[in-house]
Amino acid sequence: MTEISSQTPPPPLAETRPLYWSVRRELWENRSIYLAPLIVAAVVLFATSFSTIGLAKRMRNLPTLDPAKRHASIAMPFSMAPAPIMLATFLVGFFYCLDALYGERRDRSILFWKSLPVSDRTTVVSKAAIPFVVLPLIAYLLSIVTQFILLMMGNMALLGHAMNPAPLWDEVRFFQGLLIMLYGLIVHVLWFAPIYAWLLLVSAWARRTPVLWAVLPLLAVSAVEKIAFGTVYFTHMLRYRLIGAMTEAFVGHPKGANGDISRLSQLDPGRFLNAPGLWVGLIFAALFLAAAVRLRRNREPI
Amino acid sequence: MACIDAHGLRKSYGSTVALDGIDLRVDEGRILGLIGPNGAGKSTALNAILGLTPYQGELNVLGRNPWIERDQITRDVAFIADVAVLPRWIRVSQVLDYMAGVHPRFDRARAEGFLAKTNVKRSSKVRELSKGMVTQLHLAVVMAIDARLLVLDEPTLGLDILVRKQFYDSLLNDYFDRSRTIVVTTHQVEEIQDVLTDVMFINHGRIVFACSMEDFEARYAEVMVNPENVAAARALRPIHERQVFGRSIFLFDQADRQQLAAMGEVRTPGIADLFVAIMGQGAAQ
Repeated sequence: MTEISSQTPPPPLAETRPLYWSVRRELWENRSIYLAPLIVAAVVLFATSFSTIGLAKRMRNLPTLDPAKRHASIAMPFSMAPAPIMLATFLVGFFYCLDALYGERRDRSILFWKSLPVSDRTTVVSKAAIPFVVLPLIAYLLSIVTQFILLMMGNMALLGHAMNPAPLWDEVRFFQGLLIMLYGLIVHVLWFAPIYAWLLLVSAWARRTPVLWAVLPLLAVSAVEKIAFGTVYFTHMLRYRLIGAMTEAFVGHPKGANGDISRLSQLDPGRFLNAPGLWVGLIFAALFLAAAVRLRRNREPI
Repeated sequence: MACIDAHGLRKSYGSTVALDGIDLRVDEGRILGLIGPNGAGKSTALNAILGLTPYQGELNVLGRNPWIERDQITRDVAFIADVAVLPRWIRVSQVLDYMAGVHPRFDRARAEGFLAKTNVKRSSKVRELSKGMVTQLHLAVVMAIDARLLVLDEPTLGLDILVRKQFYDSLLNDYFDRSRTIVVTTHQVEEIQDVLTDVMFINHGRIVFACSMEDFEARYAEVMVNPENVAAARALRPIHERQVFGRSIFLFDQADRQQLAAMGEVRTPGIADLFVAIMGQGAAQ
């Protein structure tokens, strides 16, 4: 085949430029990616700020408390603040992924996107970047800011009562918390990777109601296994995928209990990296994403 | 220099044959109209050319295999699949930002220039624009791409006649420069007759007719014949005959112009009339 020279040499364009703009495009289209966590953070901030009212009294009573309960009494409202924010970003990620490759076919805009020099791989990667990179970053930053504002409020309340705020910072361990949160987020992104990838695959494939196609087959396999063989391996596998990150990545985490993680010594990256569940999950995530790229190539509006 | 070159292009969906071995060559600088009834295979042919669908047979677009080398040809090929595909949530300014971000051949200033002649506001969302304005926006964006091949698949579907006219006028005046190639399918055949350099009829996945507009004008003639001359006209073996207001209109292929002029007023026929004549022949056979 003869190579045809263009009228003008194509201007140099970095490979990452279409990816960068595609991620921005996702943020233009889906403002809930940052609005929903922002609203949740505001609500958390508002609700938790009331706990600073009684903070001075609790600090004063601290020496009379059982030492085991001291930490919880002071740190609880502060250390729990990030949880709803992170939960919100996981939920946003769930619904975002289900619509990511489905919505563009439903509103026919896929015909416009495909007319541009952005490959299917770049498109799928840009959409996967939302739950894998953007949402965890948003969750992390918002959690830090929320927690910091709460601590400053507590700080002010204690100073207002002419009390030393240092014990508050000691109990909450803000800076250790930054590392623990970062670790927790990375661990969960890696662990949930096959879930997000599965949702993206279903959204590339389904002709209608992707949410049902994403969930019902899994429930059906569980039910069939239970009825036909009387076993629950598949159900256990799903459960493990949902909560496994906590049990594999942290030590001393009582299964299913609402354990408090506030010390760096509770992190166990070695065990996490050795968990076969992590690597099997990542392999499935890669397969699902590759399948989503292939599917998008052939997809037409619905 | 062939822009599109196809040999034995085939495509079937299950047992339905959409393209039944098409041979097609479009040289650079031509404006080809692909005409055919619904389900004739027009869109399938365009999708194959654009690398949107796999196919059997041989197909070269700008010297490349569009399915395998799709990522390479998308820079040089622009297309409007129909104008209603711009996402409704996007702002006009975001369309321009995104295009400038991802398309190496997009000239933002040119697009802004086209938009300045319209009422499309930079801050509007697509959902707030009228159909005509969305068309103007899409056209402004596509015409600002320095593409070598522009593919238009029913670009004016659902638009009123004023907007359709504007669409083709600006396409010809502001975009076409004789080095670009344009392939267009439409149902409003009459409106693009003056725009085309070549015309091709497609039916049941086959090309049933192809010719340049110069040949078209040289070959085909339409005569409105008074009742007393009808028998004489039929003797010249017209390929089609129809009645309008009690007079007969005959369509001739390669007939003697002087003979025709003696029977009535001779005109170049519309593509649509030839289409009806040729499709009618096919049905009669």
